[in-house]
Amino acid sequence: MKLRIKFEKYGSMKFIGHLDTMRYFQKVMRRADIDIAYSEGFSPHQKMSFASPLGVGLISRGEYFDIEINSLDKNKDYVKDMNDVMVDGFKIVSVKALEEGSKKAMSLIAAADYKVYFRDEYKLDINYKSKFDEFMSKEEIIVIKKTKKSEKEVDIKPMIYDYKVADDGIFLKLASGSENNLKPELVIEGFYKYLDKEFKDIYIINERLELYGNEDGNFVSLEDYGKDLSCID
Amino acid sequence: MSKLALSDEILLEIEKPARYIGNEVNMVRKNPDHIDVRFAMCFPDVYEIGMSHLGIQILYDMLNKKENVYCERVYSPWHDLDKIMREQNIPLFSLETQTPIKEFDFLGITIQYEMCYTNILQVLELSGIPIFAKDRTDDMPIVIGGGPCAYNPEPIADFFDMFYIGEGEITYYDLIDIYNENKKNGGTRKDFLEKAAHIEGIYIPSFYDVSYNEDGTIKSFEKNNENAKDVIKKQLLMDMDTKYYPEKPLVPFIKATQDRVVLEIQRGCIRQCRFCQAGSVYKPVRERSIEFLKDKAYKMLKSTGHEEISLSSLSSSDYTNLEELVTFLIDEFKSKGVNISLPSLRIDAFSLDVMSKVQDVRKSSLTFAPEAGSQRMRNVINKGLTEDVILNGASMAFHGGWNRVKLYFMLGLPGETKEDMEGIALLSEKIAELYYDEIPKEERHGKVSIVASTSFFVPKPFTPFQWASMNNKEQFLDKARIVNAKMKTLLNKKSIKYNWHEADVSVLEGLLARGDRKIANVIYDAYKNGALYDAWSDSFKLECWEKAIEDNNIDMDFYITRERTIDEFLPWDFIDTGVKKEYLIKEWENARNEVVTPNCRMKCSGCGVARFGGGVCFEAKN
Repeated sequence: MKLRIKFEKYGSMKFIGHLDTMRYFQKVMRRADIDIAYSEGFSPHQKMSFASPLGVGLISRGEYFDIEINSLDKNKDYVKDMNDVMVDGFKIVSVKALEEGSKKAMSLIAAADYKVYFRDEYKLDINYKSKFDEFMSKEEIIVIKKTKKSEKEVDIKPMIYDYKVADDGIFLKLASGSENNLKPELVIEGFYKYLDKEFKDIYIINERLELYGNEDGNFVSLEDYGKDLSCID
Repeated sequence: MSKLALSDEILLEIEKPARYIGNEVNMVRKNPDHIDVRFAMCFPDVYEIGMSHLGIQILYDMLNKKENVYCERVYSPWHDLDKIMREQNIPLFSLETQTPIKEFDFLGITIQYEMCYTNILQVLELSGIPIFAKDRTDDMPIVIGGGPCAYNPEPIADFFDMFYIGEGEITYYDLIDIYNENKKNGGTRKDFLEKAAHIEGIYIPSFYDVSYNEDGTIKSFEKNNENAKDVIKKQLLMDMDTKYYPEKPLVPFIKATQDRVVLEIQRGCIRQCRFCQAGSVYKPVRERSIEFLKDKAYKMLKSTGHEEISLSSLSSSDYTNLEELVTFLIDEFKSKGVNISLPSLRIDAFSLDVMSKVQDVRKSSLTFAPEAGSQRMRNVINKGLTEDVILNGASMAFHGGWNRVKLYFMLGLPGETKEDMEGIALLSEKIAELYYDEIPKEERHGKVSIVASTSFFVPKPFTPFQWASMNNKEQFLDKARIVNAKMKTLLNKKSIKYNWHEADVSVLEGLLARGDRKIANVIYDAYKNGALYDAWSDSFKLECWEKAIEDNNIDMDFYITRERTIDEFLPWDFIDTGVKKEYLIKEWENARNEVVTPNCRMKCSGCGVARFGGGVCFEAKN
């Protein structure tokens, strides 16, 4: 059976890259005695798949990975057992059971919530609240999207599903996943361009808040695709 | 979570920021305000190398078991951060609490190989601690060195306040207690050094003066402080089922070189290979009990979550209960997805059976270390591996499905002839022919693949070859060319690949390994010329060293090619490793006469280490 695990990554752990985060959780499985399934062969690996790699430097309140287990232990407190062997900066939020045949977390992703904070030393010297509203009211928002191969101009406005400007930063709901993917830095870079200011990634701190799938036009958090373990017979 | 010493801006700019943030699984946390003695433990190389070292894990665990001590770690910053720290004047810091090293009571540096010496100077300089011990004031950490290179501490003696000679488990607590008492009584740095000089195994370089003869050899090595000892005795752990073995080793986030549980099954070696320093200075062989090892295997796998466990020792095949231990590990952990990584074992029916269980035969290779190409030379170096044994092992392995063989040799051994060198090629050829003779065409999985590698021999202190002449660069490369030319003439040359080591580094290693106090300035100047991470071929800058050697008027032949006489006072002769000098002299003669010395289990050769009162010397008597 499959479990979906939601975790947070914060503090200095934001410097741990995606591959190392995966290795970290593989070891967590063993330390917490999770009866995870292994592949066959001379170097068996755990059946574990992550929803979406989180870039180095980002913190997150809503990361996910799915695992396959051999059997569910009804008496085991999965969240506690894992948190007992965790380091400060990684925290398990929930463990949910997935139905047979559920899609992988990775292939579900359609949107992500972010909160962008401006670093103290790079605070904007303007009232950015009204400016951001102005910026968002444009017909189209053209930015240069760089890929490994090319640079091209794209209109990112359709990929910004929602936003909210608060005193401490900007909330963004953005397209995410394999079809359309918009990084929050790109939105802020566009905003700086609109302000005629130069932007560097280091100006902001990015926090990912949640990942969603799209069910008939409604965004459903990845967590809500699973059932509470207590509801499993 | 401690505030990090480096800003986000820096950490996001450099490679692998996880090297510098600490917070790893099983990291020890203590409140520094409730601590008497703060100890910074350093491996002077990059994090991934340092974190792979078992010795540091043992000492980290041991020191932190003492309530009033907090041991933290520090490694060499990589080139990228090194540059930033210098530009922005950021002091080097510990990983645990991100505290500047300068604020610690001790900076302990493990010295595992000679080519890390410039990194020691980097660590001192970035910490803001004067590089030369004589320039340090009372408020600065005591810089203490240990590890294999401490068996000839003289080239780096000027940089250290003290050295610990031997295995760390023995007198560290005494040292720390004396330090703490001295500190509480308001004693000076010198007061502490004088008290520490009474502890067994502690060597304080500044308490000795060296004078030289006109020919450059040592004239006298004399105490200048009445507290100093005449001879420094190596400290050795005799209770191998000690409480000082980590049950919760640190687990790095980034992949370290050793990303696995390491089970040290024994220390020392019964073999008497005449080139091997470890075999000599860790004598006698002392085994850990199988119950102890089983218990630690469980606990360490559980506490780390590692997916692999490996055995560590100098010659694992000689461990008495190896078969039982390996079978236990496979039975107990293989089904839980834990890989068993085997050290190089003697190739026989047992090891082949085990290997076929834990690794894919098709993808793995066999390793032999004949060390020399001819039987004559193997007798000289006392490597008890005969051609018959190698060919029998290879034959069994070929029948078992293996077709890849790695062979390790040395060039530049004492008294080496052209036949000895060409023997390397001939032995490789014999193994290749064996494959085609013994394995019928329809059973072969492709061609046999043989990789023969040669390193250049560097004579080390406390071995019977400590007096030997070492080859210079030209001699080394000529020898590699002789082997390579012979390889080209072989029938199966297409199945055999030949690699040889860089000669420049070997020659420098030779200078540092048998150097005296005059070499300190060479190391200092090489470092100031830009040498750093010399053990990394991409970082190694020969010109920095060449200039330093020239500027200091160092006669390389004096240190490298000169054969020492047995009555010369060698720079390390004030250390007593337990192995008697008469024994080393006898072995040096045996080498020249091509006489083989049996291993410690076959017959005691009376080397002197029986005085430690344990290990293999007493096995038969129990």
